[in-house]
Amino acid sequence: MAASCVSCGAVVSQRLLLRPRVSLAPRQVLWRAAELQSVPGPQILRLKHVTVVTTKKNVKALRRETYTVDFIKKQIEEFNIGKRHLANMMGEDPETFTQEDIDRAIAYLFPSGLFEKRARPVMKHPEQIFPKQKATQWGEDGRPFHYLFYTGKQSYYSLMHDTYGKILDIEKHKNQLQAKGLFSEKDKTTDLIGSRWLIKEELEEMLVEKLSDQDYAQFVRLMERLLQGGAAGEFVQSFRRSVTVQSEKQPIEPVQHDAQGMAFSTSEGRRKSAKAEAVVYEHGNGRIKINGIDYLLYFPVLQDREQLMFPFHFLDRLGKHDVTCTVSGGGRSAQAGAIRLAMARALCSFVTEEEVEWMRQVNSFAHIWNDVSRSSTAMHSNLPHKSSFRLDCSRLIRASANGRSRARREPAGSLPGRSAEYCQERRGRVHLRVANTHQ
Amino acid sequence: MAPALPRLLSAGAWPRPLRLHVLQAATPGPARPSGRTLGSAAAAAVSDPQAGSDLQDRVLSEPLKHADFFNVKELFSVRSLFDARVHLGHKAGCRHRFMEPYIFGSRLDQDIIDLEQTAVHLQLALNFTAHVAYRKGIVLFVSRHRQFSHLIENTARDCGEYAHTRYFKGGLLTNAPLLLGPGVRLPDLVIFLHTLNNVFEPHVAVRDAAKMNIPTVGIVDTNCNPCLVTYPVPGNDDSPPAVQLFCRLFRTVISRAKEKRRQVEALYRLQGQEGAEGRGPADPALPGTQASLDAGPSL
Repeated sequence: MAASCVSCGAVVSQRLLLRPRVSLAPRQVLWRAAELQSVPGPQILRLKHVTVVTTKKNVKALRRETYTVDFIKKQIEEFNIGKRHLANMMGEDPETFTQEDIDRAIAYLFPSGLFEKRARPVMKHPEQIFPKQKATQWGEDGRPFHYLFYTGKQSYYSLMHDTYGKILDIEKHKNQLQAKGLFSEKDKTTDLIGSRWLIKEELEEMLVEKLSDQDYAQFVRLMERLLQGGAAGEFVQSFRRSVTVQSEKQPIEPVQHDAQGMAFSTSEGRRKSAKAEAVVYEHGNGRIKINGIDYLLYFPVLQDREQLMFPFHFLDRLGKHDVTCTVSGGGRSAQAGAIRLAMARALCSFVTEEEVEWMRQVNSFAHIWNDVSRSSTAMHSNLPHKSSFRLDCSRLIRASANGRSRARREPAGSLPGRSAEYCQERRGRVHLRVANTHQ
Repeated sequence: MAPALPRLLSAGAWPRPLRLHVLQAATPGPARPSGRTLGSAAAAAVSDPQAGSDLQDRVLSEPLKHADFFNVKELFSVRSLFDARVHLGHKAGCRHRFMEPYIFGSRLDQDIIDLEQTAVHLQLALNFTAHVAYRKGIVLFVSRHRQFSHLIENTARDCGEYAHTRYFKGGLLTNAPLLLGPGVRLPDLVIFLHTLNNVFEPHVAVRDAAKMNIPTVGIVDTNCNPCLVTYPVPGNDDSPPAVQLFCRLFRTVISRAKEKRRQVEALYRLQGQEGAEGRGPADPALPGTQASLDAGPSL
């Protein structure tokens, strides 16, 4: 029974490892040595797709690409030396060669027409290329360094443990104060406004560990509990990120004065293809002139006039302003919307800041109405119609089957967008056997 | 009455289990030249490993010559167990059939655990823990009781060992190379402060440790199954004083064992040096021996 001693070292663990996992290793393409035919003259080399089942040694390496610390250090040295060489090649000063200069130099030296930006040649600091990994977790004698190593998620559980410890300390402190009668309900510092908890991805990055949704939820709950107990300290702040303030200040137009001394303010608005410019006078009777025509005649439909009414109605200034506006483009509804937007913006100059905030909250200034003219799936909008996909794919397949097409380095270059994948989906598994003719 | 102490403790002779050899292989000794070195190194290599392993043997066999080398008996008494409420079990309806031998009786339908037996089992368990810690084994504290999770993790950290009081992933012990990394070393002893998990079922690690031939020490309450636990300790696992007592005992014992190891090693190294110096002037033809003893395994 004591035969298979698992606690020993490498030999047994290797045996455990080697057991079953000859999995579907990524297929490697091998160039077969050209079978040189005895006939003199042009040789035809054929590329065959060959599946090689990787040996057991490789499976171990492929599954977990561990980069040792030495390897990363070497990569960093090579990167720095390469950076200097590159600067010399471009005729610039190696000392002040920044990452942007590197990117420009690489784009110049290795121009690429690949659509996928991530597939283009890149030269970046190794820390941005090689994923952050944990170093080996145990020492020479096999004893792990961290006391929670055997849980699998040592950083996460260690964090939870420390947080809980802090909660207990706070409670103990509170109990002591209460026993002495010194405890008072101090106002909790509300320095949490304008910040949010880390999102799950950020936490994973911080701990260099994969987390589940439940783990993350538990973490947030524990942090909230810590906050309830006492004032937020640096410990909690390290898990919060500031949130960019949402209230974008609406630029308020300056009030101008015309020849008669009447105060007015001008502003523009756009809706779909309609452009409008509105001049709102501070004092008036509620008359609106559009392109010189009275609004009742310009917009016979009630719905459009209601749109014009809205900004004033919201601020209770229905009959108090005169408006003169010009509008062009779009249909009647679009023009009405454009004028409405222009008037709302112009009104800001005559109105208190609070009311401006209210208008912002009611989306008076927002320009995110649905544009029905553009399809929401923007990817397809620039591509040719669906039927032409099928034509192109079938042509490609027929051509390759006949062996007449030339193999292209960039298959996506001939057809726009995602046609390659589209062909794949439509035709099922397409095995392209492309012959390389070579004269 | 207390059952007779099993022969393991009473006799000094401890049949060397295979694990002993395994641990020897695992812990790296001095940089012993491998079998492949040739030439002049071979001559020095002959005396080196022998002297080193002699010391190692003596260090490891020393505790086995005494019944209670680490004097764990003095750490507790039946009275202290009683004061910590270790004798309180669950209600009679929760009783597990295999715990009946350990139950003294039942008072107002609550089972009372026999502390005389507990004392015996606890001594065995603590002694075994001490021996494992002395031999630099990895000890893993396992529990799934959320009330004491923090305490147990602190205990483990304080004595330099490991704890797992969280969700136990499926193949952690049985599929460790995949989950924890290739070449990982498994624990040499698993201590269960609570044998049951949150749904009152036996903890998966009890079965898995038995599968992986890892000895187990477990505090078994009246509703637990003591079968697969190597050194069961019948006792209360629900009251805070009881769990605190057990944590304190394990921590003390492990620290003591590690301290003892350091002392014994230092002692033997000194003795070895003195012996070598004594022999030195009379026997100058063996410089290699002295060098090897000086280099001595700093384990």
